[in-house]
Amino acid sequence: MSTEKQQEHLNRHVDETEDMQPDVGNGEMDEAFVEDLDTLLDEIDEILEEDSQEFVENYIQRGGQ
Amino acid sequence: MKRRIYGLETEFGIIWTPDVAHRKTLTVQNVVMYLFREIVAGRMYPDVFLENGARFYQDIGCHPEYATPECDDVAELVAHDKAGERIITRLASTAERRMRNDGFYGKISIFKNNLDTPGNTYGCHENYLMERHVDFRQLASQLIPFFVTRQVFAGAGKIKPSHRGYYAISQRAEHIREEISIGTTTARGIINTRDEPHADREKYRRLHVIVGDSNMSEFSTFLKVGTTGIILRMIEDNFIQQRFALRNPVKAIRDISDDVTCKHPIELQNGKRLSAVELQWQYLECAKRYLEQAESDATTTQIMARWEYVLTCLESDPMQLDRELDWVIKWKWLQTYLSKRGFEWDAPQVKHLDLKYHNVRQEESLYYTLENRSEVERIVKNEQIRHAEHFPPERTRAKFRGKFIKKVNEGKILCGVNWSYIQLYEPYQILYLSTDPFKPEFDEASRTIYSI
Repeated sequence: MSTEKQQEHLNRHVDETEDMQPDVGNGEMDEAFVEDLDTLLDEIDEILEEDSQEFVENYIQRGGQ
Repeated sequence: MKRRIYGLETEFGIIWTPDVAHRKTLTVQNVVMYLFREIVAGRMYPDVFLENGARFYQDIGCHPEYATPECDDVAELVAHDKAGERIITRLASTAERRMRNDGFYGKISIFKNNLDTPGNTYGCHENYLMERHVDFRQLASQLIPFFVTRQVFAGAGKIKPSHRGYYAISQRAEHIREEISIGTTTARGIINTRDEPHADREKYRRLHVIVGDSNMSEFSTFLKVGTTGIILRMIEDNFIQQRFALRNPVKAIRDISDDVTCKHPIELQNGKRLSAVELQWQYLECAKRYLEQAESDATTTQIMARWEYVLTCLESDPMQLDRELDWVIKWKWLQTYLSKRGFEWDAPQVKHLDLKYHNVRQEESLYYTLENRSEVERIVKNEQIRHAEHFPPERTRAKFRGKFIKKVNEGKILCGVNWSYIQLYEPYQILYLSTDPFKPEFDEASRTIYSI
Protein backbone atom coordinates (compact mmCIF):
# COMPACT_ATOMS: atom_id res chain seq x y z
CA MET A 1 0.00 0.00 0.00
CA SER A 2 1.46 3.40 -0.93
CA THR A 3 1.88 6.03 1.78
CA GLU A 4 -0.89 8.09 0.21
CA LYS A 5 -3.27 5.15 0.16
CA GLN A 6 -2.37 4.27 3.74
CA GLN A 7 -3.14 7.80 4.79
CA GLU A 8 -6.44 7.69 2.97
CA HIS A 9 -7.27 4.36 4.58
CA LEU A 10 -6.35 5.75 7.97
CA ASN A 11 -8.54 8.80 7.43
CA ARG A 12 -11.46 6.66 6.45
CA HIS A 13 -10.90 4.50 9.49
CA VAL A 14 -10.86 7.54 11.77
CA ASP A 15 -14.03 8.85 10.11
CA GLU A 16 -15.75 5.53 10.66
CA THR A 17 -14.65 5.42 14.28
CA GLU A 18 -16.04 8.87 14.81
CA ASP A 19 -19.25 7.88 13.13
CA MET A 20 -19.64 5.03 15.55
CA GLN A 21 -19.06 7.22 18.60
CA PRO A 22 -20.83 10.45 17.74
CA ASP A 23 -21.57 11.36 21.34
CA VAL A 24 -17.97 11.99 22.36
CA GLY A 25 -16.65 14.13 19.48
CA ASN A 26 -19.83 15.92 18.48
CA GLY A 27 -20.96 16.47 22.04
CA GLU A 28 -18.00 18.76 22.71
CA MET A 29 -18.54 20.56 19.44
CA ASP A 30 -22.19 21.09 20.23
CA GLU A 31 -21.30 22.67 23.53
CA ALA A 32 -18.91 25.11 21.88
CA PHE A 33 -21.50 25.82 19.22
CA VAL A 34 -24.24 26.51 21.74
CA GLU A 35 -21.94 28.79 23.71
CA ASP A 36 -21.08 30.73 20.54
CA LEU A 37 -24.71 31.01 19.62
CA ASP A 38 -25.61 32.27 23.09
CA THR A 39 -22.95 34.96 22.91
CA LEU A 40 -24.20 35.99 19.50
CA LEU A 41 -27.80 36.15 20.70
CA ASP A 42 -26.66 38.30 23.62
CA GLU A 43 -24.98 40.64 21.17
CA ILE A 44 -28.21 40.81 19.17
CA ASP A 45 -30.10 41.65 22.38
CA GLU A 46 -27.75 44.60 22.78
CA ILE A 47 -28.44 46.04 19.34
CA LEU A 48 -32.15 45.89 20.10
CA GLU A 49 -31.76 47.93 23.26
CA GLU A 50 -34.20 50.73 22.51
CA ASP A 51 -37.99 50.36 22.46
CA SER A 52 -38.72 48.26 19.37
CA GLN A 53 -42.32 49.37 18.91
CA GLU A 54 -41.40 53.06 19.06
CA PHE A 55 -38.33 52.70 16.87
CA VAL A 56 -40.19 50.85 14.14
CA GLU A 57 -43.14 53.27 14.21
CA ASN A 58 -40.85 56.29 13.97
CA TYR A 59 -38.94 55.01 10.99
CA ILE A 60 -40.61 57.05 8.27
CA GLN A 61 -38.83 58.40 5.20
CA ARG A 62 -40.11 60.52 2.37
CA GLY A 63 -39.08 57.91 -0.13
CA GLY A 64 -36.63 58.42 -2.96
CA GLN A 65 -35.94 57.10 -6.41
CA MET B 1 -13.68 40.05 -20.94
CA LYS B 2 -13.61 43.53 -22.33
CA ARG B 3 -13.46 46.23 -19.69
CA ARG B 4 -16.64 47.89 -18.56
CA ILE B 5 -17.36 50.86 -16.30
CA TYR B 6 -19.53 49.98 -13.28
CA GLY B 7 -20.99 52.23 -10.63
CA LEU B 8 -23.42 51.89 -7.72
CA GLU B 9 -25.57 54.62 -6.22
CA THR B 10 -27.07 53.99 -2.80
CA GLU B 11 -29.78 56.06 -1.15
CA PHE B 12 -29.63 55.60 2.60
CA GLY B 13 -32.51 55.74 5.04
CA ILE B 14 -31.80 57.91 8.07
CA ILE B 15 -33.41 58.49 11.44
CA TRP B 16 -32.53 60.30 14.64
CA THR B 17 -33.42 58.81 18.01
CA PRO B 18 -33.16 61.25 20.92
CA ASP B 19 -31.89 60.00 24.28
CA VAL B 20 -34.73 59.13 26.62
CA ALA B 21 -33.77 61.88 29.09
CA HIS B 22 -33.74 64.66 26.50
CA ARG B 23 -36.58 64.03 24.09
CA LYS B 24 -35.70 66.95 21.84
CA THR B 25 -36.74 65.94 18.34
CA LEU B 26 -35.15 66.76 15.01
CA THR B 27 -36.55 66.41 11.51
CA VAL B 28 -34.84 64.15 8.97
CA GLN B 29 -33.92 67.29 7.01
CA ASN B 30 -32.09 68.71 10.03
CA VAL B 31 -30.26 65.46 10.68
CA VAL B 32 -29.13 65.31 7.06
CA MET B 33 -27.86 68.89 7.32
CA TYR B 34 -25.75 67.92 10.31
CA LEU B 35 -24.49 64.90 8.44
CA PHE B 36 -23.26 66.97 5.52
CA ARG B 37 -21.90 69.89 7.51
CA GLU B 38 -18.38 68.51 7.77
CA ILE B 39 -17.86 68.10 4.04
CA VAL B 40 -19.88 70.89 2.43
CA ALA B 41 -18.42 73.91 4.23
CA GLY B 42 -19.29 77.03 2.30
CA ARG B 43 -21.36 75.33 -0.37
CA MET B 44 -24.90 76.16 -1.35
CA TYR B 45 -26.08 72.59 -1.74
CA PRO B 46 -24.99 69.30 -0.14
CA ASP B 47 -23.36 67.76 -3.20
CA VAL B 48 -19.65 66.98 -3.27
CA PHE B 49 -17.08 64.75 -4.93
CA LEU B 50 -14.61 63.07 -2.59
CA GLU B 51 -10.91 62.24 -2.80
CA ASN B 52 -11.70 58.67 -3.77
CA GLY B 53 -13.59 59.96 -6.82
CA ALA B 54 -17.05 59.21 -5.39
CA ARG B 55 -19.98 61.63 -5.17
CA PHE B 56 -21.86 62.16 -1.94
CA TYR B 57 -25.01 64.25 -1.99
CA GLN B 58 -28.53 64.77 -0.78
CA ASP B 59 -31.01 63.20 -3.13
CA ILE B 60 -34.78 63.43 -3.65
CA GLY B 61 -36.69 62.79 -0.43
CA CYS B 62 -33.86 63.90 1.87
CA HIS B 63 -31.85 60.72 1.43
CA PRO B 64 -28.08 60.93 1.69
CA GLU B 65 -26.74 59.20 -1.41
CA TYR B 66 -23.33 57.76 -2.14
CA ALA B 67 -22.31 57.14 -5.75
CA THR B 68 -19.15 55.09 -6.15
CA PRO B 69 -16.44 56.26 -8.50
CA GLU B 70 -16.18 54.57 -11.89
CA CYS B 71 -14.77 51.06 -11.40
CA ASP B 72 -13.72 48.61 -14.12
CA ASP B 73 -13.66 45.56 -11.87
CA VAL B 74 -16.60 44.14 -9.90
CA ALA B 75 -14.59 43.23 -6.77
CA GLU B 76 -13.17 46.75 -6.73
CA LEU B 77 -16.72 48.05 -7.00
CA VAL B 78 -17.71 46.01 -3.94
CA ALA B 79 -14.86 47.64 -1.99
CA HIS B 80 -15.98 51.11 -3.09
CA ASP B 81 -19.59 50.38 -2.24
CA LYS B 82 -18.53 49.32 1.25
CA ALA B 83 -16.24 52.38 1.50
CA GLY B 84 -19.37 54.51 1.10
CA GLU B 85 -20.90 52.85 4.17
CA ARG B 86 -17.76 53.56 6.20
CA ILE B 87 -17.64 57.20 5.08
CA ILE B 88 -21.26 57.89 5.99
CA THR B 89 -20.70 56.12 9.32
CA ARG B 90 -17.82 58.46 10.16
CA LEU B 91 -19.89 61.48 9.17
CA ALA B 92 -22.68 60.30 11.46
CA SER B 93 -20.31 60.13 14.44
CA THR B 94 -19.06 63.66 13.75
CA ALA B 95 -22.63 64.89 13.28
CA GLU B 96 -23.67 63.42 16.64
CA ARG B 97 -20.85 65.32 18.36
CA ARG B 98 -21.93 68.57 16.74
CA MET B 99 -25.51 67.90 17.69
CA ARG B 100 -24.57 67.32 21.31
CA ASN B 101 -22.76 70.67 21.30
CA ASP B 102 -26.03 72.20 20.12
CA GLY B 103 -27.99 70.46 22.87
CA PHE B 104 -29.36 67.53 20.87
CA TYR B 105 -28.46 64.24 22.55
CA GLY B 106 -29.18 61.05 20.70
CA LYS B 107 -28.25 58.67 17.96
CA ILE B 108 -28.33 58.64 14.17
CA SER B 109 -29.24 55.34 12.50
CA ILE B 110 -28.43 54.85 8.84
CA PHE B 111 -29.99 52.04 6.86
CA LYS B 112 -28.85 50.54 3.60
CA ASN B 113 -32.19 49.03 2.65
CA ASN B 114 -35.08 50.06 0.43
CA LEU B 115 -38.13 50.41 2.67
CA ASP B 116 -39.30 52.39 5.66
CA THR B 117 -42.04 51.16 8.01
CA PRO B 118 -45.09 52.45 6.06
CA GLY B 119 -43.54 51.14 2.82
CA ASN B 120 -41.95 54.20 1.18
CA THR B 121 -39.09 53.07 -1.00
CA TYR B 122 -35.65 54.41 -1.92
CA GLY B 123 -33.19 52.81 -4.23
CA CYS B 124 -29.86 51.29 -5.05
CA HIS B 125 -29.10 52.02 -8.68
CA GLU B 126 -26.59 50.11 -10.72
CA ASN B 127 -24.87 51.72 -13.66
CA TYR B 128 -23.27 49.93 -16.57
CA LEU B 129 -21.54 51.69 -19.43
CA MET B 130 -22.62 49.93 -22.63
CA GLU B 131 -21.81 50.01 -26.27
CA ARG B 132 -24.17 52.37 -28.09
CA HIS B 133 -24.75 50.11 -31.10
CA VAL B 134 -27.06 47.72 -29.21
CA ASP B 135 -30.70 47.98 -30.19
CA PHE B 136 -32.59 49.09 -27.10
CA ARG B 137 -35.68 46.95 -27.71
CA GLN B 138 -33.50 43.88 -28.03
CA LEU B 139 -31.55 44.85 -24.93
CA ALA B 140 -34.78 45.25 -22.95
CA SER B 141 -36.32 42.00 -24.13
CA GLN B 142 -33.22 39.97 -23.24
CA LEU B 143 -32.67 41.70 -19.92
CA ILE B 144 -36.19 41.72 -18.50
CA PRO B 145 -36.37 37.97 -17.74
CA PHE B 146 -32.89 38.18 -16.21
CA PHE B 147 -33.81 41.12 -13.96
CA VAL B 148 -37.09 39.49 -12.95
CA THR B 149 -35.32 36.32 -11.82
CA ARG B 150 -31.91 37.42 -10.46
CA GLN B 151 -33.55 38.46 -7.17
CA VAL B 152 -33.19 34.82 -6.05
CA PHE B 153 -29.57 35.69 -5.30
CA ALA B 154 -29.66 39.51 -5.25
CA GLY B 155 -32.72 40.13 -3.04
CA ALA B 156 -32.26 41.70 0.39
CA GLY B 157 -35.25 40.01 2.04
CA LYS B 158 -38.40 41.61 3.39
CA ILE B 159 -40.52 40.84 6.41
CA LYS B 160 -44.24 40.47 5.85
CA PRO B 161 -47.05 40.05 8.36
CA SER B 162 -47.71 36.38 9.12
CA HIS B 163 -51.13 36.47 7.44
CA ARG B 164 -49.49 37.69 4.24
CA GLY B 165 -46.84 35.01 4.07
CA TYR B 166 -44.09 35.98 6.58
CA TYR B 167 -41.22 36.77 4.24
CA ALA B 168 -40.40 37.86 0.71
CA ILE B 169 -37.15 37.71 -1.24
CA SER B 170 -37.02 41.28 -2.54
CA GLN B 171 -37.69 44.73 -1.11
CA ARG B 172 -38.13 46.46 -4.45
CA ALA B 173 -40.26 43.88 -6.30
CA GLU B 174 -43.63 45.23 -5.26
CA HIS B 175 -42.62 48.78 -6.21
CA ILE B 176 -42.00 47.83 -9.82
CA ARG B 177 -45.02 48.74 -11.92
CA GLU B 178 -43.88 48.78 -15.55
CA GLU B 179 -41.73 46.76 -17.92
CA ILE B 180 -39.97 49.79 -19.36
CA SER B 181 -40.20 53.34 -18.05
CA ILE B 182 -38.22 56.50 -17.47
CA GLY B 183 -39.72 57.11 -14.02
CA THR B 184 -37.71 56.57 -10.87
CA THR B 185 -40.12 57.88 -8.24
CA THR B 186 -43.42 56.52 -9.56
CA ALA B 187 -44.20 53.88 -12.18
CA ARG B 188 -40.75 52.37 -11.76
CA GLY B 189 -39.79 49.98 -14.53
CA ILE B 190 -37.89 46.71 -14.72
CA ILE B 191 -35.90 48.58 -17.34
CA ASN B 192 -35.23 52.25 -16.71
CA THR B 193 -34.48 54.32 -19.79
CA ARG B 194 -32.36 57.06 -18.22
CA ASP B 195 -29.38 57.35 -20.50
CA GLU B 196 -26.73 59.82 -19.33
CA PRO B 197 -23.46 58.13 -20.22
CA HIS B 198 -21.23 60.98 -18.93
CA ALA B 199 -19.06 59.90 -21.84
CA ASP B 200 -18.96 59.98 -25.64
CA ARG B 201 -22.64 59.52 -26.57
CA GLU B 202 -21.76 58.21 -30.03
CA LYS B 203 -19.91 55.27 -28.53
CA TYR B 204 -21.64 54.62 -25.22
CA ARG B 205 -24.97 54.43 -23.51
CA ARG B 206 -25.58 54.10 -19.81
CA LEU B 207 -27.78 51.36 -18.46
CA HIS B 208 -29.32 52.71 -15.27
CA VAL B 209 -30.80 49.80 -13.30
CA ILE B 210 -33.30 50.65 -10.56
CA VAL B 211 -34.99 47.28 -10.11
CA GLY B 212 -32.54 45.83 -7.58
CA ASP B 213 -32.32 45.89 -3.79
CA SER B 214 -29.53 47.46 -1.74
CA ASN B 215 -27.21 44.74 -0.49
CA MET B 216 -25.31 44.40 2.76
CA SER B 217 -23.73 41.10 1.67
CA GLU B 218 -20.60 41.59 -0.41
CA PHE B 219 -21.35 38.26 -2.03
CA SER B 220 -24.81 39.42 -3.18
CA THR B 221 -23.45 42.69 -4.59
CA PHE B 222 -20.62 40.88 -6.36
CA LEU B 223 -22.97 38.39 -7.95
CA LYS B 224 -25.70 40.92 -8.80
CA VAL B 225 -23.35 43.25 -10.68
CA GLY B 226 -21.05 40.53 -11.97
CA THR B 227 -23.70 38.38 -13.60
CA THR B 228 -25.40 41.45 -15.06
CA GLY B 229 -22.08 42.52 -16.60
CA ILE B 230 -21.68 39.12 -18.26
CA ILE B 231 -25.25 39.18 -19.62
CA LEU B 232 -24.67 42.66 -21.05
CA ARG B 233 -21.49 41.52 -22.77
CA MET B 234 -23.38 38.67 -24.42
CA ILE B 235 -26.08 41.07 -25.57
CA GLU B 236 -23.49 43.50 -26.95
CA ASP B 237 -21.91 40.63 -28.86
CA ASN B 238 -25.33 39.48 -30.04
CA PHE B 239 -24.73 36.04 -28.54
CA ILE B 240 -28.05 35.25 -26.83
CA GLN B 241 -30.25 33.40 -29.28
CA GLN B 242 -32.89 31.92 -26.98
CA ARG B 243 -36.07 33.81 -26.27
CA PHE B 244 -36.94 33.91 -22.58
CA ALA B 245 -39.72 36.51 -22.94
CA LEU B 246 -42.16 36.30 -20.03
CA ARG B 247 -45.91 36.54 -20.38
CA ASN B 248 -46.28 39.03 -17.53
CA PRO B 249 -42.92 40.23 -16.17
CA VAL B 250 -44.37 42.68 -13.61
CA LYS B 251 -46.52 39.97 -12.06
CA ALA B 252 -43.64 37.48 -12.28
CA ILE B 253 -41.25 39.70 -10.33
CA ARG B 254 -43.74 39.81 -7.44
CA ASP B 255 -44.63 36.14 -7.61
CA ILE B 256 -40.96 35.15 -7.48
CA SER B 257 -40.32 37.53 -4.59
CA ASP B 258 -43.22 35.98 -2.66
CA ASP B 259 -41.93 32.42 -2.99
CA VAL B 260 -39.04 31.65 -0.64
CA THR B 261 -38.81 28.09 -1.94
CA CYS B 262 -37.74 29.52 -5.33
CA LYS B 263 -39.87 26.88 -7.06
CA HIS B 264 -42.82 28.96 -8.31
CA PRO B 265 -43.15 28.45 -12.07
CA ILE B 266 -43.52 31.55 -14.22
CA GLU B 267 -45.03 31.57 -17.64
CA LEU B 268 -43.05 32.39 -20.75
CA GLN B 269 -44.62 33.83 -23.88
CA ASN B 270 -44.05 30.53 -25.65
CA GLY B 271 -46.24 28.80 -23.06
CA LYS B 272 -43.41 27.08 -21.19
CA ARG B 273 -43.30 27.38 -17.42
CA LEU B 274 -39.98 27.71 -15.63
CA SER B 275 -38.95 28.62 -12.10
CA ALA B 276 -36.67 31.63 -11.52
CA VAL B 277 -33.79 29.25 -10.79
CA GLU B 278 -34.40 27.26 -13.99
CA LEU B 279 -34.43 30.47 -16.00
CA GLN B 280 -31.19 31.56 -14.35
CA TRP B 281 -29.65 28.19 -15.28
CA GLN B 282 -30.49 28.96 -18.92
CA TYR B 283 -28.64 32.27 -18.70
CA LEU B 284 -25.72 30.58 -16.93
CA GLU B 285 -25.45 27.83 -19.57
CA CYS B 286 -25.53 30.48 -22.26
CA ALA B 287 -22.74 32.40 -20.47
CA LYS B 288 -20.65 29.22 -20.26
CA ARG B 289 -20.97 28.73 -24.01
CA TYR B 290 -20.11 32.37 -24.56
CA LEU B 291 -16.96 32.15 -22.44
CA GLU B 292 -15.79 29.07 -24.34
CA GLN B 293 -15.18 31.37 -27.29
CA ALA B 294 -14.66 34.78 -25.64
CA GLU B 295 -11.80 36.07 -23.58
CA SER B 296 -12.33 35.67 -19.82
CA ASP B 297 -10.46 37.02 -16.78
CA ALA B 298 -9.98 36.17 -13.10
CA THR B 299 -13.00 38.12 -11.83
CA THR B 300 -15.28 36.65 -14.49
CA THR B 301 -14.14 33.14 -13.53
CA GLN B 302 -15.01 33.87 -9.89
CA ILE B 303 -18.41 35.25 -10.84
CA MET B 304 -19.20 32.18 -12.95
CA ALA B 305 -18.16 29.75 -10.20
CA ARG B 306 -20.25 31.53 -7.56
CA TRP B 307 -23.23 31.85 -9.88
CA GLU B 308 -23.21 28.10 -10.51
CA TYR B 309 -22.72 27.30 -6.82
CA VAL B 310 -25.64 29.53 -5.86
CA LEU B 311 -28.03 28.08 -8.44
CA THR B 312 -27.08 24.55 -7.39
CA CYS B 313 -27.90 25.34 -3.75
CA LEU B 314 -31.08 27.28 -4.56
CA GLU B 315 -32.34 24.30 -6.49
CA SER B 316 -32.10 21.91 -3.53
CA ASP B 317 -32.50 24.17 -0.49
CA PRO B 318 -32.06 27.97 -0.44
CA MET B 319 -31.27 27.84 3.30
CA GLN B 320 -27.85 26.43 2.40
CA LEU B 321 -26.93 29.96 1.37
CA ASP B 322 -27.22 31.39 4.87
CA ARG B 323 -23.67 32.78 4.70
CA GLU B 324 -23.87 34.19 1.18
CA LEU B 325 -27.16 35.82 0.23
CA ASP B 326 -28.73 38.73 2.07
CA TRP B 327 -32.27 37.43 1.98
CA VAL B 328 -31.25 34.04 3.35
CA ILE B 329 -28.77 35.31 5.96
CA LYS B 330 -31.34 37.72 7.35
CA TRP B 331 -34.14 35.18 7.32
CA LYS B 332 -32.07 32.58 9.13
CA TRP B 333 -31.03 34.96 11.90
CA LEU B 334 -34.49 36.46 12.34
CA GLN B 335 -35.88 32.96 12.77
CA THR B 336 -33.09 31.88 15.09
CA TYR B 337 -33.43 34.96 17.26
CA LEU B 338 -37.17 34.89 17.60
CA SER B 339 -37.33 31.19 18.33
CA LYS B 340 -34.59 31.43 21.00
CA ARG B 341 -36.12 34.52 22.58
CA GLY B 342 -39.71 33.41 22.26
CA PHE B 343 -41.04 36.22 20.05
CA GLU B 344 -43.92 35.83 17.62
CA TRP B 345 -43.19 36.63 13.98
CA ASP B 346 -45.39 39.77 14.10
CA ALA B 347 -43.67 41.17 17.22
CA PRO B 348 -42.09 44.63 16.86
CA GLN B 349 -38.73 43.12 17.87
CA VAL B 350 -38.64 41.14 14.64
CA LYS B 351 -39.32 44.23 12.49
CA HIS B 352 -36.76 46.10 14.53
CA LEU B 353 -34.15 43.43 13.93
CA ASP B 354 -34.98 43.39 10.23
CA LEU B 355 -34.12 47.11 10.09
CA LYS B 356 -31.00 46.59 12.15
CA TYR B 357 -29.69 44.06 9.68
CA HIS B 358 -29.29 47.00 7.31
CA ASN B 359 -27.78 49.49 9.75
CA VAL B 360 -24.38 50.52 8.38
CA ARG B 361 -23.13 51.63 11.80
CA GLN B 362 -21.37 48.45 12.77
CA GLU B 363 -21.98 48.45 16.51
CA GLU B 364 -25.72 48.79 15.85
CA SER B 365 -25.98 46.36 12.98
CA LEU B 366 -27.14 42.75 12.75
CA TYR B 367 -25.25 42.29 9.49
CA TYR B 368 -21.98 43.51 11.01
CA THR B 369 -22.50 41.54 14.20
CA LEU B 370 -22.60 38.47 11.95
CA GLU B 371 -19.68 39.63 9.83
CA ASN B 372 -17.51 40.24 12.88
CA ARG B 373 -18.23 36.68 14.01
CA SER B 374 -17.36 35.29 10.57
CA GLU B 375 -20.94 34.19 9.92
CA VAL B 376 -20.99 35.66 6.39
CA GLU B 377 -18.84 35.18 3.30
CA ARG B 378 -16.70 38.10 2.19
CA ILE B 379 -15.48 39.20 -1.22
CA VAL B 380 -13.00 41.90 -0.22
CA LYS B 381 -10.69 42.49 2.73
CA ASN B 382 -11.08 45.31 5.23
CA GLU B 383 -7.78 46.81 4.00
CA GLN B 384 -9.22 47.08 0.48
CA ILE B 385 -12.25 48.92 1.86
CA ARG B 386 -10.08 51.25 3.92
CA HIS B 387 -8.00 51.99 0.84
CA ALA B 388 -11.13 52.69 -1.21
CA GLU B 389 -12.29 55.24 1.37
CA HIS B 390 -9.35 57.46 0.46
CA PHE B 391 -8.08 56.47 -2.97
CA PRO B 392 -9.82 56.34 -6.35
CA PRO B 393 -9.64 53.35 -8.69
CA GLU B 394 -6.38 53.39 -10.64
CA ARG B 395 -7.62 52.49 -14.09
CA THR B 396 -10.53 54.89 -14.68
CA ARG B 397 -10.85 58.65 -14.90
CA ALA B 398 -11.86 58.65 -11.22
CA LYS B 399 -8.11 58.57 -10.55
CA PHE B 400 -7.70 61.93 -12.16
CA ARG B 401 -10.75 63.41 -10.45
CA GLY B 402 -9.51 62.17 -7.08
CA LYS B 403 -6.20 63.97 -7.55
CA PHE B 404 -7.98 67.24 -8.28
CA ILE B 405 -10.26 66.91 -5.28
CA LYS B 406 -7.26 66.30 -3.07
CA LYS B 407 -5.71 69.57 -4.24
CA VAL B 408 -9.02 71.32 -3.64
CA ASN B 409 -9.25 69.92 -0.13
CA GLU B 410 -5.70 71.03 0.55
CA GLY B 411 -6.80 74.56 -0.41
CA LYS B 412 -4.43 74.73 -3.38
CA ILE B 413 -7.00 75.19 -6.14
CA LEU B 414 -10.65 76.02 -6.67
CA CYS B 415 -12.62 74.01 -9.14
CA GLY B 416 -16.04 72.78 -10.16
CA VAL B 417 -16.26 69.03 -10.68
CA ASN B 418 -18.65 66.65 -12.35
CA TRP B 419 -18.38 63.08 -13.66
CA SER B 420 -17.12 64.18 -17.06
CA TYR B 421 -15.48 67.54 -16.49
CA ILE B 422 -13.29 69.55 -14.19
CA GLN B 423 -13.49 73.30 -14.32
CA LEU B 424 -10.42 74.90 -12.80
CA TYR B 425 -11.23 78.41 -11.56
CA GLU B 426 -8.94 81.44 -11.07
CA PRO B 427 -6.11 81.86 -11.74
CA TYR B 428 -6.04 78.93 -14.18
CA GLN B 429 -9.45 79.19 -15.88
CA ILE B 430 -9.29 75.86 -17.68
CA LEU B 431 -12.05 73.38 -18.49
CA TYR B 432 -11.09 69.73 -18.79
CA LEU B 433 -13.62 67.49 -20.45
CA SER B 434 -13.39 63.72 -20.36
CA THR B 435 -15.46 61.70 -22.79
CA ASP B 436 -13.50 58.51 -22.10
CA PRO B 437 -14.05 57.15 -18.58
CA PHE B 438 -11.58 54.31 -19.21
CA LYS B 439 -8.71 56.79 -19.37
CA PRO B 440 -7.22 57.53 -15.95
CA GLU B 441 -5.34 60.64 -17.08
CA PHE B 442 -6.09 63.64 -19.26
CA ASP B 443 -2.67 64.36 -20.76
CA GLU B 444 -2.86 68.10 -20.73
CA ALA B 445 -4.61 68.33 -17.40
CA SER B 446 -2.19 65.89 -15.81
CA ARG B 447 0.65 68.28 -16.56
CA THR B 448 -1.26 71.07 -14.87
CA ILE B 449 -2.16 69.07 -11.78
CA TYR B 450 1.42 67.92 -11.26
CA SER B 451 2.64 71.49 -11.55
CA ILE B 452 0.33 72.79 -8.79
